[in-house]
Amino acid sequence: MRPALVSLVCFLGAAGCSSHGVSTAPNTLAITANSGPPGVGYINGLFTSVTVCAPGTSRCQRIDYALVDTGSVGLRILSASAGGGLSIALPLETDPAGDALAECAGFIDGYTWGPLRVADVTMGSELARSVPVQVIGDPAFAEVPASCSATGGVGQDSIETVRTFAILGVGPAPQDCGFACAESVTADDTENPGNVYYACSPGACVPAAVPLGAQVQNPVSLLPVDNNGVMVRLPSVAQGGEASVGGSLVFGIGTQANNALGSATVLALDPDTLTLPTTFRGKSYAMSFIDSGSNAIYFLDSSATSLPACPGGLEDFDCPATPGTVAFRATIEGGNGVSSSVSFAVANAEALFTDETNACFADLAGPGAGSDYFDWGLPFFYGRGVFYAIEGASVEGGQTPFVAY
Amino acid sequence: MNRCTWAGRWLARMGACALGASLLLLARTGGASLGGDSASVEVDRAWAKGETRILVTGTHTVHEIYLPEGTLVSEYVSPAGVVFGVTWRGPFRPDIRQLLGAYFEEFREAAEASKRSHAGRGPLVVNHPNLVVEMTGHPRAFFGRAYVRSLLPQGFALDDIR
Repeated sequence: MRPALVSLVCFLGAAGCSSHGVSTAPNTLAITANSGPPGVGYINGLFTSVTVCAPGTSRCQRIDYALVDTGSVGLRILSASAGGGLSIALPLETDPAGDALAECAGFIDGYTWGPLRVADVTMGSELARSVPVQVIGDPAFAEVPASCSATGGVGQDSIETVRTFAILGVGPAPQDCGFACAESVTADDTENPGNVYYACSPGACVPAAVPLGAQVQNPVSLLPVDNNGVMVRLPSVAQGGEASVGGSLVFGIGTQANNALGSATVLALDPDTLTLPTTFRGKSYAMSFIDSGSNAIYFLDSSATSLPACPGGLEDFDCPATPGTVAFRATIEGGNGVSSSVSFAVANAEALFTDETNACFADLAGPGAGSDYFDWGLPFFYGRGVFYAIEGASVEGGQTPFVAY
Repeated sequence: MNRCTWAGRWLARMGACALGASLLLLARTGGASLGGDSASVEVDRAWAKGETRILVTGTHTVHEIYLPEGTLVSEYVSPAGVVFGVTWRGPFRPDIRQLLGAYFEEFREAAEASKRSHAGRGPLVVNHPNLVVEMTGHPRAFFGRAYVRSLLPQGFALDDIR
């Protein structure tokens, strides 16, 4: 039992890990790219563990396989009854009328539905208190409003569709929706709050505007220190793939010896969309983003890239016919006038996946949906340290929000 | 920040800067569902609640609808008066069920069935012989498009649906 116990303690980032080579700086959380929860077979999934507690109590639970997602904001936990790990009771968040708040949170390929609950969240040795989080697959909120399911895509309500036990959104904003969900455009302030937040009385959930502070929060923003951003650091992955690679999620930018920007290139993000243009072969793709939660580099389609999509069941990925990899180069452009040339390579996904022990691939790409963006997924992060500075926070070296690497 | 200002910035990003908040209102019609005829435009007027402008090209007409929440929906109508394509872009996903109309169930079933043999997160593409739906984006910036191959007007270039 002893070795297992030691590794468990290490994964929590507590003392005693230095002998394993894992950084133990207090603002550091160990992260691992691997195949995800048992039976899931995740490709290029980046995971960590967090501990949630009912606020102010010692009723706590460790949640493993929390997807480290710089493309979203806020902690979302899959309930145990839906195949996840959350079984302790966390209090509901309510509006001033006493109605429970719930959310229809949009993701790249669908949505998650569930109530807002409040938790103390421990990441490594840093504690964020009273964080509004979303619980997915909550049996008390089983009925999805029609206006939520109408947003389309995959309703992610179980381990089969969420594929992780939690999503730890550490993107560069303090709340998941922001001003768009906090106010209504119309003068009477009730007509069009959008379809993200809902107020639920017994029997019905109706769309509601929710103030910024009551929305699902970036837990990093609520840390007492090291709260202005994060850095995701991962090693390079060998060509052909690896089963697992370990790295670190460092809290704060320029707040400690281990999170200085140094010589990183700072690229300002659009503050409304958190996107930045990518230029490829002379054309600019305005709505591009860098997202650790996407599992490949998704870009354009075969008519633009000459990369055929893979056959039968793997159509989400590219399968170039040539052996080895196909090299590409693109330029990521910050809103601050700074740009960065990025080279990447694409290998045949069907060939990569033949060794089923591997789950980490640096050369994995797929066609984008539509044609106006690059989604720089997890392959972009291998061999880099990528900073995300949170909108509205103060960071020496750039105006937030920005990415830097 | 004022929400109207915020929505205006979205519109500016979408190339509607010159029009700004005072959109040129060529018509007050709403949108129509994919595959619907011009009669469905009136049916959907109540749903859209947004300001609309119409762009006429050689092969088709685009109805741009600015939803109050800040999302732009564009509907592509053939010379025969049939909606053959739709796109959306903005801080909220629009009512895709409404936009896809009779094609929503086909999309929904395909999406639910897309349990990939190799799991992960990425854009959702439904590429059926007749129906194509592409959905992507992230919180604060959602976008996508859908079209029906058999309804595309002659001479229409797919790249024009964006």
